[in-house]
Amino acid sequence: MTKFKHPQILLASNLKDGEVVFLGPTGWERDFRRARIAKNQEEAQILETIGKADYSANIIVDVYLTDVEIAGDGTPRPLHYREKMRIKGPSVRLDLGKQARGALNEH
Amino acid sequence: MSINHSNTVSRINSPKTTYQYDEFDKDFIRERVAEFREQVRRRLEGSLTEEEFRPFRLMNGLYLQLHAYMLRVAIPYGTLTSQQMRRLAEIADRWDKGYGHFTTRQNLQYNWPKLIDTPDILEALAEVDMHAIQTSGNCIRNVTADHFAGVAADEIEDPRPTAEFLRQWSSAHPEFSFLPRKFKIAITGATHDRAATLAHDIGLRLVKNTSGDVGYCVIIGGGLGRSPFIGKIIREYVPRTELLAYLEAIMRVYNRYGRRDNKYKARIKILVHEKGIETIRAAVEKEFATMDHTAFQQDPQEFERVAASFVSPPYEALPSESSKLTKARLETPAFDHFVSVNVSEHKIAGYAIVTVSLKPINGIPGDATSNQMRILADACDRFGFGELRVSHEQNIILPHVKKDDLFALWQTLTAADLATANAGLVSDIISCPGLDYCSLATARSIPIAQAISQRFSDMARQRRIGKLGIKISGCINACGHHHIGAIGVLGLEKKGQESYQITLGGDPGFSASIGEILGPGVSADQVPEVIEHLVDFYLAERHETEAFIDTWRRLGHARFKDVLRREGEDGADI
Repeated sequence: MTKFKHPQILLASNLKDGEVVFLGPTGWERDFRRARIAKNQEEAQILETIGKADYSANIIVDVYLTDVEIAGDGTPRPLHYREKMRIKGPSVRLDLGKQARGALNEH
Repeated sequence: MSINHSNTVSRINSPKTTYQYDEFDKDFIRERVAEFREQVRRRLEGSLTEEEFRPFRLMNGLYLQLHAYMLRVAIPYGTLTSQQMRRLAEIADRWDKGYGHFTTRQNLQYNWPKLIDTPDILEALAEVDMHAIQTSGNCIRNVTADHFAGVAADEIEDPRPTAEFLRQWSSAHPEFSFLPRKFKIAITGATHDRAATLAHDIGLRLVKNTSGDVGYCVIIGGGLGRSPFIGKIIREYVPRTELLAYLEAIMRVYNRYGRRDNKYKARIKILVHEKGIETIRAAVEKEFATMDHTAFQQDPQEFERVAASFVSPPYEALPSESSKLTKARLETPAFDHFVSVNVSEHKIAGYAIVTVSLKPINGIPGDATSNQMRILADACDRFGFGELRVSHEQNIILPHVKKDDLFALWQTLTAADLATANAGLVSDIISCPGLDYCSLATARSIPIAQAISQRFSDMARQRRIGKLGIKISGCINACGHHHIGAIGVLGLEKKGQESYQITLGGDPGFSASIGEILGPGVSADQVPEVIEHLVDFYLAERHETEAFIDTWRRLGHARFKDVLRREGEDGADI
């Protein structure tokens, strides 16, 4: 694991439909605002361990940690523009992807 | 799970102008659908891991992208029937999000399919003789061709029968299903290269020898991506009957010597570059001379059978000029511009080739809604013998339209936002999906294309500028062909931000060249401004009808670089 610099969340793609999902307090969530935030390296390792187990259990694929900052409301905001795109959907089709739904949806 | 055919209305009297699958072809793709259905079932129940499943899904064109899976559907040599186009629309509506993206490999991509639905999608495709086989993986990919094939006025011979032969030869070829890297073949039969043959692993040009016999000039080692190279002629002339054997010899040499230790050095272009064309030619000729040709000897009767599938539709005997067309052009300036820009010369008097631009101002290059697909299917049934083409420039072609019908077709297209008169102009931009969809991308490319097209939204200005190819890629893999754009734009990441490198002097044609880097990368906001400065400089310096690429070649790269340096000094912050 690389050196812990920022809070992190764990994201992946749902195996059955490919949608981006985030590890939440009790399972995989489809809304990033419900993602569980690792605030130190130990917590990040716990997230990774759960991710590897769920990858092996064929629930999710393409799982990885990404750096975030914590917004005023306590929810995470990805730091990199690639993950900023993934939590919303295509920037050229605001009618598609998570951004089009708005509401929180559980996995 | 098949689609209700009540919506699939094809023109009863529509002639068959393209290859029709025989039972062998149909059985092959049906078996592949059944096989993939079983593989998906095993993946979902957990008896296949992702590592085990991944090669299977890729062999069937299914990728995992940023927001969802992506299914890439093969459109062999870019030819579609109206029935197939309707089926693509039905799939978009039923299993995707109501649109599709036509690609620079003449394929179509759905951006939102679910893994659990993919077997049903493939079954629906198989019902109309379509599939997604070999649209991914280290195999011979969909063979692409001149999108004006069979109708171009400058054609020696229709390249599609050869392309179909290559499809049959390369499909599930046991020796070439696990090549060092992917392998792309393009073919043209014309005297103008509309298929970018010099930018492919193998490029084929139909040529005549001194006896007048038609054969092939074979080019190898072209390609874009991380290390771009222009292809080199390995043999000036290969007789038709020997083509498969000669290609087999090339593939064997590549399979034997191509690097497998480093994916970035695994394409045949690197082999040709590192060993030299003479060494590769000697190896291929040796293999060709010693191999058993029996299995690859082309059966002239079989070639004739395939070629007969590409029969010309029943054209009417018409005068070359249409008074109806002339009158409509005089009365309707917008239609006149459309004809000037989007209509090309046909080999048959009284007919025309129509390019339907999928690049409306501020649109997403290559995207078509399901409704637009249906309108195009209906339009080609009504006006074009039920046949369509997909160009590598991400547009749709109606290859057989009577000049008398052009105005009615234009009215139909206009109502569907499909009549943008910009084919080949500055806003007819090739663009990959970039970071809006693609998991490999390092930057977005579609918003750059949109911003440039908005900057040049004045169509009269576009016509004054003339032909100018802008091509945009969202990463070094170059799916947007930026290396061979007269103006190329490459999106990269620089210090955590999207940054765009601009190149000048690329050319996809027979005089192919790789663009040269203009200078340091610029931000997304700056790209349209930089391009506008370059275009203004070109307009000021060009000789009469000289194309941008020719002005660049005449003046030299440094003169264009100076333009931006001066603009920067003037405070334009470029």
